[in-house]
Amino acid sequence: MVPTAYYLVLAAMLFSVGIAAFLIKRNVITIFVSIELMLNAVNLTFVAFAHMWHQVSGQIFVFFVMVVAAAEAAVGLAIIISIFRARQTLNVDEIDLMKS
Amino acid sequence: MQLAIFIIFGALALGGALNLLFQRHPINSALSLVVVMMSLAVLYWSLGAEFLAAAQVIVYSGAIMVLFVFVIMLLNAGEEQHTDGSRAAYTVGIPGAAAIFCLLSFVFLTERGALQTSNVGGDLGNGVDNIAAVSEILFTKQLLPFEVTSILILVAILGAVVLARKEQ
Repeated sequence: MVPTAYYLVLAAMLFSVGIAAFLIKRNVITIFVSIELMLNAVNLTFVAFAHMWHQVSGQIFVFFVMVVAAAEAAVGLAIIISIFRARQTLNVDEIDLMKS
Repeated sequence: MQLAIFIIFGALALGGALNLLFQRHPINSALSLVVVMMSLAVLYWSLGAEFLAAAQVIVYSGAIMVLFVFVIMLLNAGEEQHTDGSRAAYTVGIPGAAAIFCLLSFVFLTERGALQTSNVGGDLGNGVDNIAAVSEILFTKQLLPFEVTSILILVAILGAVVLARKEQ
């Protein structure tokens, strides 16, 4: 017997670590990895609530989140490859074409 | 029993996430994320979502993370350097993430009376297994969103091919 609140707190921990990694990391691939970590934390919340209310809709939503994450990873990594071709760097501080 | 599973794999997931945060090399971060995803798959199983546990292992840690590792090795990504931007990010990022965590866990723990406890496994429906329950909703009520996601995947494949193509 585990209270559902424990699962939610674990998901909150993973989400906050994902936010911290997203803000701190300077490598564009690692930033992308931390976005995936945040998506996983939210998925855990969906599954915990689906279990609590005995509804399967939460699990179906997680399925759609997984599909969108796969599409996002394919497009995002293609963008990273083309950025690397153009600028020869993965550091986000040097990718500032739209800043000036 | 379920508390032991939760503590072991929850600690493993949290340790993997913290390792992701502290490692400097992108390949180490990506492999720590695989640890997080595998432990989350066990937690999904313990919450009665067997289909999602399998999909988590096959789709997330199988397909998506392999794509990440391929790209890291293709681009030969080295250790990241520290810059002025990273110092500013440390001063903003750590307190910001801690504040969000405190807010979320405060809400969850004050409302824990309204939330229930969960048992291991546990059917959602009346003796219907998890895959049958998921597929029944997915292919009847949610059929249109399901078909739209296939178009989304197709567009994403085309976009990835166009973006990663070498320019002439």
